Amino acid sequence: MRTFGFPEFLFILEAAKWTLALSAIAFVGGAILGLIIALMRTSESTWARGVSTTFIQIFQGTPLLLQLFLVFFGAPVLGLDINPWVAAGVALVLNSAAFLGEIWRGCIEAVPRGQWEAAEALSLKYSARMRDVVLPQAFKIALAPTVGYLVQIIKGTSLAAIIGFVEVTRAGQIVNNATFQPLIVFSVVAAIYFAICWPLSLLAGRMERKRAQALAR
Amino acid sequence: MNYQFQFDAVFAAWPLLLKGTWITIQLSLSATLIGLVVAIFCAWGKTSGPGWLRFVINAYIEVIRNTPFLVQLFFFFFALPAVGLRWSPQTAALVAMVVNLGAYATEIIRAGIESIPKGQIEAGRALNLKPWEIFRFVIIKPALKAIYPALTSQFILLMLSSAVVSVISADDLTSVAANLQSQTFRSFEIYIVVAAIYLALALAFSAMFKLIYKRTLNYPDRR
Repeated sequence: MRTFGFPEFLFILEAAKWTLALSAIAFVGGAILGLIIALMRTSESTWARGVSTTFIQIFQGTPLLLQLFLVFFGAPVLGLDINPWVAAGVALVLNSAAFLGEIWRGCIEAVPRGQWEAAEALSLKYSARMRDVVLPQAFKIALAPTVGYLVQIIKGTSLAAIIGFVEVTRAGQIVNNATFQPLIVFSVVAAIYFAICWPLSLLAGRMERKRAQALAR
Repeated sequence: MNYQFQFDAVFAAWPLLLKGTWITIQLSLSATLIGLVVAIFCAWGKTSGPGWLRFVINAYIEVIRNTPFLVQLFFFFFALPAVGLRWSPQTAALVAMVVNLGAYATEIIRAGIESIPKGQIEAGRALNLKPWEIFRFVIIKPALKAIYPALTSQFILLMLSSAVVSVISADDLTSVAANLQSQTFRSFEIYIVVAAIYLALALAFSAMFKLIYKRTLNYPDRR
């Protein structure tokens, strides 16, 4: 039987790059789709608001694990050949889009009403109103909660381990099965996540406080 | 696409699904109640406890909030038995959920207590209210109103993330789905139905919480 040594540690640590890669995909994909969702949620079209609200309710109202399973087991049904990479990527993108969309909707609505009205009074078109007046201000408000949500995405990628995607958690399981030293193995796994997530949490907290101070002034 | 959907096998297993749903509800409710007790203690310790206790509570909150629930579950189920603490999947799942919720709820409750203006407590004293009256009417009630939405959405998040306890076979709704899947091979149909049950649970709980809010906490604020 193997014992937990430096090579085992390196194996888990190296898997961190897949955790990071999957997080990057989920964030970038989720951000693009999430922005569309947020814009649909705040638009004047009832149809767009209805579709985006349903999307958010479905993805915020069901477990991420089930979403992962549905993509993983559902794709072959649609005749698509799928590997854990694609399944995890698609499920995480859809999930982050729902949460980021809802966070950003709040930020767009937090831009003072007067700014919207002023843009309208200047007879700016919808696209110009959004692009030049509302979104730049919403962006500033959104920065802290978005960094905070990044931590949720990184933690969420651990579920990809269940469909066989080798990232930090799966690597930990593999090492544990070979060494039977769960205490040290899962402590190392937790420590790696902590090392990635904690700085982001601190950064989000600091940005939050800075904004609160700026507003109080 | 020439896939034939067959939901018969899934619906035939409705007693199992019902039982799994009930266990998911039970797990979530009991984890929330115990977790809230933990959180109230931690919120007290963090705001007015001694220095070392504050440090310990802060470390607990930061570690739990910055590591995945799945890893916490593995830690409680696989790692602790290795040092002599043995428990069933159910208990391990409950403990992991309590520890997880405790950390998030501590921050929510602390924010609620800190949202009470000092002047309000002083006003209570000036009115000659007893300390427990101040705690009950001047601190807890308005604090609860302020944190109620955050607390209830945390409950729904916990219920949804509890699907993860199926990986240690804790008999919850997702475990039932996994078992049915290996018996019937209708994975897609099963997961559609189970996802729909979770969605219904989430919507029902959120509607119920809104109703409770309207009935009990919906009094006007004076600012």
